[in-house]
Amino acid sequence: MARAFTPKVVTANDLLEGDVIYFNANNKWVRALSDAAILTELEEANALLAIAAKDIDSIVGAYLADVKIDNAGKPVPAHFREEFRTKGPSNYFHGKQTESNTQKA
Amino acid sequence: MYLYNEFDDKFVRARVNQFRGQVEKRLDGSLTEDEFKPLRLMNGLYLQLHAYMLRVAIPYGTLDSAKMRQLAFIADKWDKGYGHFTTRQNIQYNWPKLKDVPEILDALADVGMHAIQTSGNCIRNVTSDHFAGAAADEIEDPRPTSELLRQWSTDHPEFQFLPRKFKIAVTGSPNDRAVTKAHDIGIRMIRNDAGEAGYEIIVGGGLGRSPFVGKVVREFLPREDLLPYLEAILQVYNLSGRRDNKYKARIKILVHETGIEEIKVAVEKNFLTQKKYFQAPSDALVSAIEDYFIPPKLIDEDVKGLEEAMLKNPALRSFVDTNIEEHRVPEYAIVSISLKPIGGTPGDATSEQMRLIADLAEKYSHDEIRISHEQNLILPHVHKSDIPALYDELKTLGLATANIGLVSDIIACPGMDYCALATARSIPIAQEISTRFNELKLEHEIGKIKIKISGCINACGHHHVGHIGILGLDKAGIENYQITLGGDGTQNMTIGERAGPGFSAEELMPALERLIAAYLDIRENDDETFLNTYRRLGQAPFKAALYPETADA
Ligand code: SF4
Repeated sequence: MARAFTPKVVTANDLLEGDVIYFNANNKWVRALSDAAILTELEEANALLAIAAKDIDSIVGAYLADVKIDNAGKPVPAHFREEFRTKGPSNYFHGKQTESNTQKA
Repeated sequence: MYLYNEFDDKFVRARVNQFRGQVEKRLDGSLTEDEFKPLRLMNGLYLQLHAYMLRVAIPYGTLDSAKMRQLAFIADKWDKGYGHFTTRQNIQYNWPKLKDVPEILDALADVGMHAIQTSGNCIRNVTSDHFAGAAADEIEDPRPTSELLRQWSTDHPEFQFLPRKFKIAVTGSPNDRAVTKAHDIGIRMIRNDAGEAGYEIIVGGGLGRSPFVGKVVREFLPREDLLPYLEAILQVYNLSGRRDNKYKARIKILVHETGIEEIKVAVEKNFLTQKKYFQAPSDALVSAIEDYFIPPKLIDEDVKGLEEAMLKNPALRSFVDTNIEEHRVPEYAIVSISLKPIGGTPGDATSEQMRLIADLAEKYSHDEIRISHEQNLILPHVHKSDIPALYDELKTLGLATANIGLVSDIIACPGMDYCALATARSIPIAQEISTRFNELKLEHEIGKIKIKISGCINACGHHHVGHIGILGLDKAGIENYQITLGGDGTQNMTIGERAGPGFSAEELMPALERLIAAYLDIRENDDETFLNTYRRLGQAPFKAALYPETADA
């Protein structure tokens, strides 16, 4: 039996600011992981990554990141590296954690 | 202080303008990221976890107040009001925006600074002893030699695409504070039996995935031969270094796989050829540079008031005990300013702190500032009578922490709080260690100890040469910390030995407490340092403290 597919999101860094961004279901880049499109099949994931990666004049380094799905059906990071990317550094209140629109509801 | 000549200035400005054009082309889409990345890296611009990071070189760790003020200005105008001083005598800005970077580079050029060759497979910023020109044990100031190497290596056409990055460090003292044996080339200024000045050349040192202590390739190199000899080493490396595997591409692997004897033969042979091409003897070139490093005019005046002030203020005495190093002139002192406040981020300084240090350097240290690879700042020429006043001013901005060389004076790389290559965080670990041992009030009892933390195997935090080294890893999706013991980064360089299985972030601090408690218990007397106790007794008692369960079994 094939192993269950770990759900994924497409993520990258913004070309101008360098900050972490995610691709949503309308093929737009958004700042919050909770707004990202959740991809539950390999083909779908690769297809969206291919579309996202074409945005070369606004993003850098698109890739697929593993997520878990919380009770509200929203994606949350599966790995601590991705968790840090949703927040910013732990030594100062800088980066994503300062943006209210990225706070979880 | 070395001043850029017209050639340097033109070169740096031309590079800034080129980069401005490249950024514009990237932003309008005519350059892809694959095309742009090597260009931005050549100018010190990385893309990290949360933002871009700009790495600015501070050649051989020497700054003056004008440069420091400009670094503060850049931090305020284009970043978040602070900078991070690294283990390679660079400063890193963690939050610049791509479109602003050409302007930042222009602002740097205004004070003779740049970010060139702080990345990529070229010869990187040349580092040196942070006490250069001031230390009591110094044979000679290593900075003129370092400056010559900066000029030689900057934009050297043959060495822009080496198999891998290449780091050079120079020391002018027998007590090696520049970790020369952990560099691709380490240079020690020495004198031979006849009293002639020369260099001992060490090659193939390095930390990272495969750590090696550098080996002596030439015991005594006359000063006139420095550039042709280094050119010869670089050529041998450039041709024979492995380009097939990133992890085997550093010169340390070439030296290890080929053997130092064979390398020596190849270098010496090539050197004879190179010697013909270099017309000016290197010592004459160094002498010409020496004019820029004329020692400041120190005043001949007895020390007044320091003893009395220390009697009145025990905190000042403690500061003098830990943060002061012997100057070559007895009435003077080298004052280290700790960038390791208890619970703070190692190596960070706010723009306000930078400006204060610039003011204090002008007022008390002949306008000289140094950056150490241990992520502290130094005022190298302070008259001892000025120490009480200096101390009071440092205190106003939290810069008077008396902990140089103690348990809270930790080297920590940025780790996964910033670095895209990291496998775990290092800053919170440093913060926890310094907070905890401060709570326990054990710092002074523990005495001299070096704890060094890296957030991945690349070892920017020098963990292999920490008396206690900590390496952060990703173990099945959880941050895990491996401990090495007995490392030493001095002239007696030793690579630390792995103690055993790693610890989770929660287990790490209790394990370190057990380790330190065991040391306090088994040391011969209060003067026996952690490292010496380890050398005397070996790993067993320390291992038993780290892993009590297995020791009982
Ligand atoms: S040691 Fe690793 S995590 Fe730390 S700064 Fe270097 S590359 Fe980044």
